Amino acid sequence: MIELQNISKVFHKGQVNEVCALTDLFLTIQKEEFVSVVGANGSGKTTLLNIISGAVLPSSGRIRITETDVTRLPEYKRSRWIARVFQDPLKGTASELSILDNFRLAAIRTQPKNLIIGINDVFKKKVRDSIATLGMGLENKLEQAIGTLSGGQRQALTLLMSVMDDTQILLLDEPSAALDPRSATLILKTASELISQYKLTAILITHNLKEAQLYGNRLLQMSEGKIVRDVSEEEKKRLPLSEMYAWFDI
Amino acid sequence: MEFYLTALVLGLCLASMSLGIFISMKIFRIPDITTDGSYTLGAVLTAILLTHHCSAMLIIPAVLLAGALAGMVTGIIHTFVKIDALLSGILVMTALYSINLTLLGRSNLPLLDVQNIFSSLTFFSASVFNNLALGFVFISLITGIMAYLLRTDFGIAMRATGNSEPMTRALGINNNKMKVIGLAMANALTALSGYLVAQYQNFTDINMGIGIVITGLGSVLIGEALIKWWNIRSILWQLVVVVSGSILFQLVLAFTLSIGVDPNLLKLVTAAFVLLIVLIPRLKKSE
Repeated sequence: MIELQNISKVFHKGQVNEVCALTDLFLTIQKEEFVSVVGANGSGKTTLLNIISGAVLPSSGRIRITETDVTRLPEYKRSRWIARVFQDPLKGTASELSILDNFRLAAIRTQPKNLIIGINDVFKKKVRDSIATLGMGLENKLEQAIGTLSGGQRQALTLLMSVMDDTQILLLDEPSAALDPRSATLILKTASELISQYKLTAILITHNLKEAQLYGNRLLQMSEGKIVRDVSEEEKKRLPLSEMYAWFDI
Repeated sequence: MEFYLTALVLGLCLASMSLGIFISMKIFRIPDITTDGSYTLGAVLTAILLTHHCSAMLIIPAVLLAGALAGMVTGIIHTFVKIDALLSGILVMTALYSINLTLLGRSNLPLLDVQNIFSSLTFFSASVFNNLALGFVFISLITGIMAYLLRTDFGIAMRATGNSEPMTRALGINNNKMKVIGLAMANALTALSGYLVAQYQNFTDINMGIGIVITGLGSVLIGEALIKWWNIRSILWQLVVVVSGSILFQLVLAFTLSIGVDPNLLKLVTAAFVLLIVLIPRLKKSE
C-alpha cells in the first residue's frame, strides 16, 4: 500500500542549522495495516507523516502509494488516497465555515470542486446521521461555525470528515495530544472503529505509549530519523508497557 | 437631498469594489493594494472604448477581463514567486499606473458627449432616480451572482482556503491556484467599479484610483462589524451588508462635506473614518 524506499530528508541543507530529519529510511506498510509510531521529539515521526502526505518532499528516495510513484506529487493531489487528522484541532477544519460546509468539502476531497451547490437535504441528512454517532449533540448545530466548538469536538468532526469521501489511507498526527483525557480516549476509539469499519490503512503518531500499545496492529519506534524497532501484531500483544518505557531510557 | 442621493449612487458604484475587497481581505486575508490600479484600469478602458463608440454593455466583459488579468499577475507574483502579498500588490499597482497612463495617453479624459450605461437605459425620467435604479439593479445582479458562487462547492473551497491552508491542501485543493483565481475575481469586480464610476462622473482621471482601496476596506470593515453584531451566517446577507457598508461610507463622506469640511481634506477624513471603524469594536472589547 505505502512503500518508502531509501528516503532521506535534510532541512536547511548546507547551512549551520542543517537537520537530517530522516536518513535512508525503508518502510513498507501493507493494506489495512494500522501502524502506531512512537519516538522522542525530533526523531522524525512527523516528517515521516509529512513525507507520506506530500506536505514535505523528500531530499532523496522514492515513495509509492498503491503501486503509483508519488514522490513528486504535491499534497493536494495525494488527497485522492489520503485523509489527515492534525495535531492542532484548528488545522483540520475551517473555523469560519459551518459544520455543513466543512463536511461538504470533505465529501468531495477526491473530486473536483465544481460550480454546483452540493449541500441539499440528502446531504444534510447524511451529515446529521454521521455526526449523531458521536453522541455529542452536534447534529443539531450543522449551520454553526465550526470555530465555536471545542478542540475535542472539532477533532472528532475532523475524524468523521476523513471518511466522508473514498479514503484508503488515514494519517493521524498525535490527534489526541491537545485534548483532555476523556476527549482523547473518545477520539482514538472513534478512529480505531472507523479504521476497521472502512478497512483503512492507518498511521498513528503518538507520544502516549499506552495509546500505542492499545491501538494498531504494528508498532514502530523511531530515533534520529530511522526506524529502530518494528514490532509485529503478535509481539505487540505480548509487549508489556514497562518494556516500552524502557526504550526511552538512556 | 439630491446631494445625498448622489452619494448613494456613488456608494452603489463602489459596492462592486467592496465586494472584491471582501473576497481578498475577508476570504483570503490578503490586503490587496492592486485595487488602486485595477480600479483606474477599469475606468481607463471604459473611457477609451466609449470614445471609440463601443456599446457600454460590450465594455463590461473587457473591463472584467482586464481587472482579472491584473489580479492574476498579483496572485502569481505572490504564490509562485513567493513574494509577500502586500508587496506583490504594490508592484502591480505601480506598474498599472504606467500602463493606464500609456493607454489613456493623457492624464484625464472627459466623457460628456458619449452614450454611457446610465444614459442608455431608462427606468425613470429624473436622471438621479434613473442612476439610482440602474446602480441598484447592477449591484443586485452582481451580489446575487457572487452569493451563488460562494455557496457552490468551488465557493466553499475558496472560503476554506483563507481559514486553514493545511486543511484545504489535505482536502485536495490547490491553494495557490485558488488565491490566483480569488485575486482575479476581486480585481475584476474592482475594475467594474471603475467602469461604473467613470460613466457616472463622466470622466476618467489617471489619479482617480489613488487611495480607493481604503474606501473598499472601510466598507468591508463596516460590513464586518455589522455581520458580527447581528451574527449573520448567510453568505447572501453578508454580501448585502458589505454593499450597505459601501453606501454608508459614501453617505458619511457626503455628510462630512455638507458640514463644510474642506474637500482637500477628504482623504484625511476617509482615513480617519476607517481608523475609527477599526477602533470602535476594540474599545467595546476592552470595556
